[in-house]
Amino acid sequence: MSGLVKSSIARKVVMALSGLFLVFFLAQHFTINITSVLAPDTFNEWSHFMGYNGVVQFILQPILIAGVIVHFVMGIGLEIRNNKARAVKYKKYNGGANASWMSRNMIITGLVVLAFLGLHFYDFWIHEMDYKYIAGNAEDPTRYYAETVEKFEPFWRTVIYVISFVLLALHLWHGFASSFQSMGVNNKYSPAIQTFTKIYAIVIPLGFIFIALYHHFNPITH
Amino acid sequence: MRLNLKIWRQKDANSKGQMVDYTIKGVEGDMSFLEMLDVLNEELINKGEEPVHFDHDCREGICGACSLQINGEPHGPDRLVTTCQLHMRKFNDGDTIVIEPFRATAFPVIKDLVVDRSAFDRIQQAGGYISVNTSGNTVDANATPIEKEKADDSFYAATCIGCGACVAACKNASAMLFTSAKVSQFALLPQGRVEATERVQNMVRQMDLEGFGNCTNTGACEVECPKGISLENIARMNREYLNATVKG
Ligand code: SF4
Ligand code: FES
Repeated sequence: MSGLVKSSIARKVVMALSGLFLVFFLAQHFTINITSVLAPDTFNEWSHFMGYNGVVQFILQPILIAGVIVHFVMGIGLEIRNNKARAVKYKKYNGGANASWMSRNMIITGLVVLAFLGLHFYDFWIHEMDYKYIAGNAEDPTRYYAETVEKFEPFWRTVIYVISFVLLALHLWHGFASSFQSMGVNNKYSPAIQTFTKIYAIVIPLGFIFIALYHHFNPITH
Repeated sequence: MRLNLKIWRQKDANSKGQMVDYTIKGVEGDMSFLEMLDVLNEELINKGEEPVHFDHDCREGICGACSLQINGEPHGPDRLVTTCQLHMRKFNDGDTIVIEPFRATAFPVIKDLVVDRSAFDRIQQAGGYISVNTSGNTVDANATPIEKEKADDSFYAATCIGCGACVAACKNASAMLFTSAKVSQFALLPQGRVEATERVQNMVRQMDLEGFGNCTNTGACEVECPKGISLENIARMNREYLNATVKG
């Protein structure tokens, strides 16, 4: 089994599995977020559950963070290794002739999404930790909706969120279907996987953009 | 037609190379790319200069010796052809053509446009064969019934000529398309199943040892491969490898 962590193919599979896990998580995250537009009470209820349920907090959340870290660390390692594999670069390299921009620039889109995750963590996760454990506030199952809408009040933050989601879409456009190829799936279902990837890569980020813009333009009036 | 050529010149493996400009006149559309370079070399020799070194052998797309990164693409802008099969009619009068060697750390430059592709030989030697006793009592391969579809896929994989364009095209300089073609041509046949587990493990290990990059599924190799080797082979190699790993 030791070959599984050292070989190029094994790393490909780890990249694919962690990526698919994050894709799945994204759909779940979106499902909760869209309730902030459709049904604020449900949003409060679900957010409270996510914030105080032991399984979510102490099992699923660490798994998610580990998933992000694995995907990121493997991605950086991949980039470094691949750079070394062509130490002397071409003077003229026509990459656009044979591969999409998305497939060639996963490191760029990935790093932007990672930087965004930093801000996102600061906005919501750090805030949550502070609220619960440092300030030691009591449980308040009604606070989430207002807190979320308030976050999107500043124009700069809304813009950053929107740009990040566009980059996320580009990342998903290549990454989602690509993970199936990495795991050895290339058969009669592959065209369907490609189509689903494209729909997913557009619909989910567009949905997140809609939510951000919606809250920005519909602030809570005090 | 008249062309401006920018060609990578490098004295030997240890020297620093650079791009050198040449102008060539009287190029005909039905010349092959290599014939165009022959004309240039004749001129250089007549002038007492060192001719441009490049690899070639069959000049009909079957040996895999010719290479060249032409205007940023291996084997040039045409599809499903090698450089020796590329016609000058694909270019226009007055064009500038940038000609470089295939670039990969695993393919070091020997001189000018000639690179050392023996890394491919070593991958092949690591497992790209079947062990058969050939001392006079070999069984005819056709005596073993094989499904048509598998025989066809194996044949298509076997059409890989080992040119290295897949590595040259890939932004990661990955050798997965070549290696997967060589794994697949055996994996699909009953004769190849016998040593399948060690084959894929040994060939992938050698591929990694040679310093090729990691595949990120950009698909550039498949587009540039002169033999149209499909990405399905890489998926098959991934499956073979995972199976072999689970089996131990
Ligand atoms: S897979 Fe195609 S591009 Fe790669 S070595 Fe074989 S023939 Fe050349
Ligand atoms: S010289 Fe043999 S393939 Fe081009």
